[in-house]
Amino acid sequence: MTLWWSIALVCAGCYALKLAGLAAPRRVLEHPRVRRFAELVPVALLAALIAVQMFTHEGRLTFDAARTAGLAAAVAALLLRAPFLVILLVAAAVTALVRGFVG
Amino acid sequence: MKETSSAIRDGLGVGIAVGLSGVAFGAAAVTAGLTVAQACVLSLLAFTGASQFALVGAAAGGGSLLAAAAGAVLLGGRNSLYGLRLADLLKVRGARRLVAAHGVIDESTAVAMAQPTPEAARVGFVTTAATIYVMWNLSTLLGALGTAFLGDPAVLGIDVVGPAAFLAILWPRLAASGELRRLALAGAGLALLGSLVLPAGVPVLLSAVAVLPAVLR
Repeated sequence: MTLWWSIALVCAGCYALKLAGLAAPRRVLEHPRVRRFAELVPVALLAALIAVQMFTHEGRLTFDAARTAGLAAAVAALLLRAPFLVILLVAAAVTALVRGFVG
Repeated sequence: MKETSSAIRDGLGVGIAVGLSGVAFGAAAVTAGLTVAQACVLSLLAFTGASQFALVGAAAGGGSLLAAAAGAVLLGGRNSLYGLRLADLLKVRGARRLVAAHGVIDESTAVAMAQPTPEAARVGFVTTAATIYVMWNLSTLLGALGTAFLGDPAVLGIDVVGPAAFLAILWPRLAASGELRRLALAGAGLALLGSLVLPAGVPVLLSAVAVLPAVLR
């Protein structure tokens, strides 16, 4: 699959899901199990994405000290209730700094 | 009247702050090997940050693009729930519903739900969605163009932006519930184990299995 096809698939799929909530027959989406699945799946997926993007590289476990320091800084920013953009900037800046010093 | 002007303020504040983080998305996309055009199309047409970061992160990992796309779409499933809750508030039909649907995202839902009256909720939804849409797309273009001119974006620490964004989206839910914290740990653990044996992209999908005990109970 080429990158453009995967982009088209994501665009179409994401829009269809947004419209489904506004337009689909309410009975389907109000089924408790469907509702619970839709509430919980993003939590598992987001956690998995964090783990995979932080600690794997080409099918191996890796540890990148600079990236880990950046994520730790993001946690600190979250605890201080920083706005979304500040959290991302702090994480990137700390990663860049540690990478600059440690190499 | 007071409620609607407060809703406009909320929408502009959230919209500008979150919309600016499109810079980070544009930068991450180009770092992952997408063209500037591909980054912009995602922001214009997918317009849901977590899914965009998910696809881009998987593209950077060089795994199966089909699995990456499936994971990104699955993440968009929460917008269906938002739409369900917003349908009664917005009461839109026909062409207006087709447009409104595109604006159903985390932030517009949060602002709409926080308003005291249905009228203020509608104003809050429209203000937030429109502000983020404009800011997110402009800043994606800027971030993508800026990064395309840089030699080595890893120097800027852009590889941590995706995970940090996911963590920020996840945080309120983790803070609110021990069950969700355990679910998140299980999902992360499954994905890490899976990535030792499965092709890249698939382990993230595998983490969805972690919700089955809670759903089937």
